[in-house]
Amino acid sequence: MDTVEIDRGGPAQPLLIAKDLRKHFKVKGGAPGAVVRAVDGVSFNVFKGETLGVVGESGCGKSTLARLLLHLIEPDAGELVFDGDAVGDMRGITVNALRRQVQMVFQDSSSSLNPRMPVRDSIAFGPYVHGKTKAEAGRIARDVLVKVGLKPDLFGPRYPHELSGGQKQRINIARALAIEPRMVILDEAVSALDKSVEAQVLNLLRALKENFNLTYLFISHDLSVVRYISDRVLVMYLGAVVELGPVQDIFSRPKHPYTTALLASRPSMDPARRIEEPPITGDPPSPINPPSGCRFRTRCQHAEAVCAQTQPILGAWNDRDSHIAACHMQDPESGHSLAIRTH
Amino acid sequence: MDGGFVPTLAPALVEVEDLTVRFVTRDSTAHAVNGVTFSVRPGEVLCILGESGSGKSVTLRALMRLLPPGKTRISGTIKVDGQDVLALSPAELRRLRGGLVSMIFQEPMTALDPVYTIGDQIAETVMRHKGVSKTVALARALELLELVKVPSAASRLNNYPHELSGGLRQRAMIAMALSCGPRLLLADEPTTALDATVQIQVLILLRKLQKEMGMGTIFVTHDLGVASEIADRIAVMYAGRVVEEGPVADILANPLHPYTRGLMASTVHGQDRSRDIDAIPGSPPDLRQLPPGCAFAPRCSLAAGECLSAVPEPRFPAPGRMARCVRLGVPAFA
Repeated sequence: MDTVEIDRGGPAQPLLIAKDLRKHFKVKGGAPGAVVRAVDGVSFNVFKGETLGVVGESGCGKSTLARLLLHLIEPDAGELVFDGDAVGDMRGITVNALRRQVQMVFQDSSSSLNPRMPVRDSIAFGPYVHGKTKAEAGRIARDVLVKVGLKPDLFGPRYPHELSGGQKQRINIARALAIEPRMVILDEAVSALDKSVEAQVLNLLRALKENFNLTYLFISHDLSVVRYISDRVLVMYLGAVVELGPVQDIFSRPKHPYTTALLASRPSMDPARRIEEPPITGDPPSPINPPSGCRFRTRCQHAEAVCAQTQPILGAWNDRDSHIAACHMQDPESGHSLAIRTH
Repeated sequence: MDGGFVPTLAPALVEVEDLTVRFVTRDSTAHAVNGVTFSVRPGEVLCILGESGSGKSVTLRALMRLLPPGKTRISGTIKVDGQDVLALSPAELRRLRGGLVSMIFQEPMTALDPVYTIGDQIAETVMRHKGVSKTVALARALELLELVKVPSAASRLNNYPHELSGGLRQRAMIAMALSCGPRLLLADEPTTALDATVQIQVLILLRKLQKEMGMGTIFVTHDLGVASEIADRIAVMYAGRVVEEGPVADILANPLHPYTRGLMASTVHGQDRSRDIDAIPGSPPDLRQLPPGCAFAPRCSLAAGECLSAVPEPRFPAPGRMARCVRLGVPAFA
């Protein structure tokens, strides 16, 4: 950590580029060759200083994606470029160097802390293994505890079981910040918290991002939270990206029918305007044998023959539009009867 | 705005009065529920809204006496359809559970038996309570799966729980709960573990079945959005007490208790992205050492000296509304 990681690629260089990431898991005891297509060719950029929200239902591959980005799970295929340097490439940076700059906060605040270690030692461990002396690492731990709003003398010596869920999640955030990362991946980091505590932690995350110039990848199933915190939003369905764009565009004029259904499934918060008909029926299909062509077609009311035959490309069909979707209805050439003719 | 429910003067289906539940261990006593009073009329949906540790699930389990008897101390009265639940014998309890009262849980995978098929599990309940043959019971199980809109229900009867998706498992559990036509349905966060697109399907189904069958329902949730979709009335719990109660539309439009107001401000729902959320500071109290006064006072921006001395008595500022707060009507200041 003596080499201070500076902004190498310049402001226009995406902080992280993921290209065609792929991870298939073998099915134990399943048919020979059966695989779960957890992440099946996912590409996106994370720009410097932004919060990219990732939404999707269980089994869509959003958590596997987070782990692939840090090589906590080895990808089967695909490429990662961090600030212009290819990860794991001879001329690029190593996975360890990547992990010094990208940290992660998990959903379960208890199981990600060592129960036999006072939390200040858990926090100091990261800087220590990355080359600081014990004394320096201890000082860093005190500093980051202050930053996440916990008094170091009061909370530092405590063990995880002596803290509430919200306090434990603050410790996990402090631990991620202790090695001064440039990017933090938050995998359902506020989902297990009570609403009143969730709001506190969201405020903290926003303040930390501002103060330390961080970039976030914010994974959540809660659309309201994603709308509040994200600059851009990526929507996943069965291991693939179905839509990606600026947060206002995604929420005010979604392009993919799945995104539309997700938005319409949110409770109304108004007893006078209750939802009378489910926006879509059924559960998401199994990622072991996803539907041919467009994976969403089995639940889509606009599905036509072309949707079963060809997999839609993720695109905008308009060079200036940063809002892209993988749906035949967006592609003027697709042959879908509802395809948009002019952009 | 009324959610379809028409208040009647029919006698209450559920009457809970001054319910207190303590969990006693060698080292400490947790005051999980501290004097809860409410009633539910036939055909009415009461949502108990609260965060973890508020006592909402414990209250629900007490209604069916599902709490571990050895370390639980229950006092107060619970009456369901005139029966004194706390005085029932084990045999009477077995008749009550699954017959007059049934319950659905958050996690169907742990509530269903993994080694029996869905059909067998539903049929077992029907045979136990109705005393019919297995053939008749299986036919009833098929009817029930169709009622809860399980696709290709006949073949699903022979499936084991692990062969179903999360949404279908939850529907199977609802089918089992409804199998004997209960008059009271207890639901403990039944949609919390489901995906958003599935949650709304199950909520709409439950709302429809509840109306058709005219069941009184107590629905426990931490999610204001879920409550807004299904409740007739809401009871907000904090630290083992009901701090506010009233019709759903009134509570959502005009919350009275500072905790309810704080909870609504904390619930992210289309907030201004450029501002912080108005979060409630601090965290809920330790149930082993409750403060002598209002349990919310340490986190409350309106708290005054009188809040710390005694637990606030219920006040009834408008018809059908109750709040336990001595500072009612004091304007909230930012």
